[in-house]
Amino acid sequence: MARTKIYVPRETTAISVGADDVALEIARVAKKSGAEIELIRNGSWGASWLEPLVEVEVGDARIAYGNVTTDDVPGLFESGLITGGEHARRLGPIKDIPYLAKQDRWTFWRCGLTNPLSLQDFEQHRGFQALQKALQEGPESVLKAVESSGLRGRGGAGFPTGIKWRTVANTEADQKYIACNADEGDSGTFSDRMLMEGDPLGLIEGMAIAGFAVGASKGYIYLRSEYPLTHSILSRAIDTARGAGWLGNNIGDSDFSFDIELHIGAGSYVCGEETAMLESLEGKRGIVRSKPPLPAHEGLFGKPTVVNNVVTLASVSNIVNLGAERYAGMGVNRSKGTLAFQLAGNIKRGGLVEKAFGITLRELIEDWGGGTASGRPVKAVQVGGPLGAYIPADQLDVPMDYEAFVGIGAMIGHGGIVVFDDTANMAKQARFAMEFCAIESCGKCTPCRIGSTRGVEVIDKMIAGKNREENYDLLVELCDTMEGASLCAMGGMTPYPVRSVLNYFAEDFASSKEKAL
Amino acid sequence: MARIDEKTTSEIVAAHGAKPELLVQILANIVNRFGWIPEETVRQLASELNLSRADVHGVVEYYHDFRTTEPGKHIVKICQAEACQSMGSERLTAYAEKALAMSLHDTANDITLEPVYCLGNCACSPAIMIDGKTFGRVDEQRFNQLIDAMRGDD
Repeated sequence: MARTKIYVPRETTAISVGADDVALEIARVAKKSGAEIELIRNGSWGASWLEPLVEVEVGDARIAYGNVTTDDVPGLFESGLITGGEHARRLGPIKDIPYLAKQDRWTFWRCGLTNPLSLQDFEQHRGFQALQKALQEGPESVLKAVESSGLRGRGGAGFPTGIKWRTVANTEADQKYIACNADEGDSGTFSDRMLMEGDPLGLIEGMAIAGFAVGASKGYIYLRSEYPLTHSILSRAIDTARGAGWLGNNIGDSDFSFDIELHIGAGSYVCGEETAMLESLEGKRGIVRSKPPLPAHEGLFGKPTVVNNVVTLASVSNIVNLGAERYAGMGVNRSKGTLAFQLAGNIKRGGLVEKAFGITLRELIEDWGGGTASGRPVKAVQVGGPLGAYIPADQLDVPMDYEAFVGIGAMIGHGGIVVFDDTANMAKQARFAMEFCAIESCGKCTPCRIGSTRGVEVIDKMIAGKNREENYDLLVELCDTMEGASLCAMGGMTPYPVRSVLNYFAEDFASSKEKAL
Repeated sequence: MARIDEKTTSEIVAAHGAKPELLVQILANIVNRFGWIPEETVRQLASELNLSRADVHGVVEYYHDFRTTEPGKHIVKICQAEACQSMGSERLTAYAEKALAMSLHDTANDITLEPVYCLGNCACSPAIMIDGKTFGRVDEQRFNQLIDAMRGDD
């Protein structure tokens, strides 16, 4: 009789709430009870609120059990875990869980489904088919597909990927590079990490396709140091791909050669800015460069470089496989395709939700997220990381669309959604935005370096009730200066959360005593 | 934690082909294994990579990870970023400081307590990291259990 497959994710969030211990306990109890099992460490499906999420393969179905603890394991076996038996933790077939079933999985479709480190599993799920197709059809075909898909940079800036790739392809140089930005520093975001832990070979394939399309033979992944598990999984996947001939010289017997070097960051937030990342990849301080020249013309070591986010690169394989039209058929207006939204902070059902653009913030927070974890009313939602605006509860009907967000003074960014309940003090959040900018500023431009520190001081005065109206005007003026004169988004967008607090939560600058009057 | 010696520094430099453009990677490797970067290592790296001491010093002092003082045997990081704030990281930090009788950035009793800005575990906030392992849904009780387990491993 074949061994029963049991899946327990090897993914940071699942492990952070006990998945490794659960896996060990399952192996122990199985051995003791003589059950023949094959324990597979898959990626996470992204339903983080159900972690540790254990699945058992029964016939064609995978039966899920949620929030499993080590204490549950002996009882699960007694209840017939091996045959998908009834138990309080049983959720039914994984594909029927509404949180997952209602998503538009394009980029994350293998996450959770497969064993991230199994080349065989990857190849059985379309792995490297897009790269082979690209090699057959030529670079122009890939460039056209990416252009007509409408794919935009998922790191936050939303720049059209096709234009970037075309620019690098058209630039003459003896060496070009693909630089994958995996320095996912925005609070409330974890989609890059989940993709790299759950489908690392998918990223590698996307990078190789990018290299082929623009004529680059070398790729770099710049991974943040806060992700040690990701580092280990990604290194192994790169070795696996290289061992199987999918990286290295003459890939797929073609004349295309491409390899990837994995670099680790060192705890600097601003290194997520593309030019600071390039500096860091060159071994230097992560200081932002002035643009122009654009990295597409003069990037890493002065050579034309495609700088793309993890999710952007990983989205390309299916655009090549399934067609640009299908991707462009999803979404709204100029926001085509899907985004992996990340529900975070004070939310009942946190996790990753890949949906076509156009869904509203309210649908994500209420239908998927189930409201706050505390059960209290939503007060504010910060979308797009520390540089994103705080959106008040009465504006949650805004559709997820890059331009619609710009229209309300906000940004979608990397798709992180952090929910705050009504106990949050928004003046403190505005102060934190300035404080974080002061801690992380690279120091090259004055508005960011000095402005952030002055911003903290002004907000402190406002909170203390000193000349509040004058300081309010001063803070607005400071925001104008930082926004207009900073070199990059760090100083240029720190005013977004600050302004949103001034616009929607100004009463939070008053002390609780004053509010009572 | 052992202090890095001259020989090991040379080995790490050699493993990176003595390429100055790999300085950040070399320093990350040293910190990963030894926890910090002593002044004499800065001098040695400058000499072996053909960089000025100012170049190496500048890189060391720029990045948060590159400690220039010796950390404790255990490194405990508590996330201070927005997602964890929304789930009470400020309270958890105050509790940790009290329970461990130390402040953020301090080293005492074999422990270095540090802030971190996002561990990417934002759907299970608040999050902390102990010796490179991330833990989610950390309340006061769980914090105590995790610290006890950390000490139990000694």
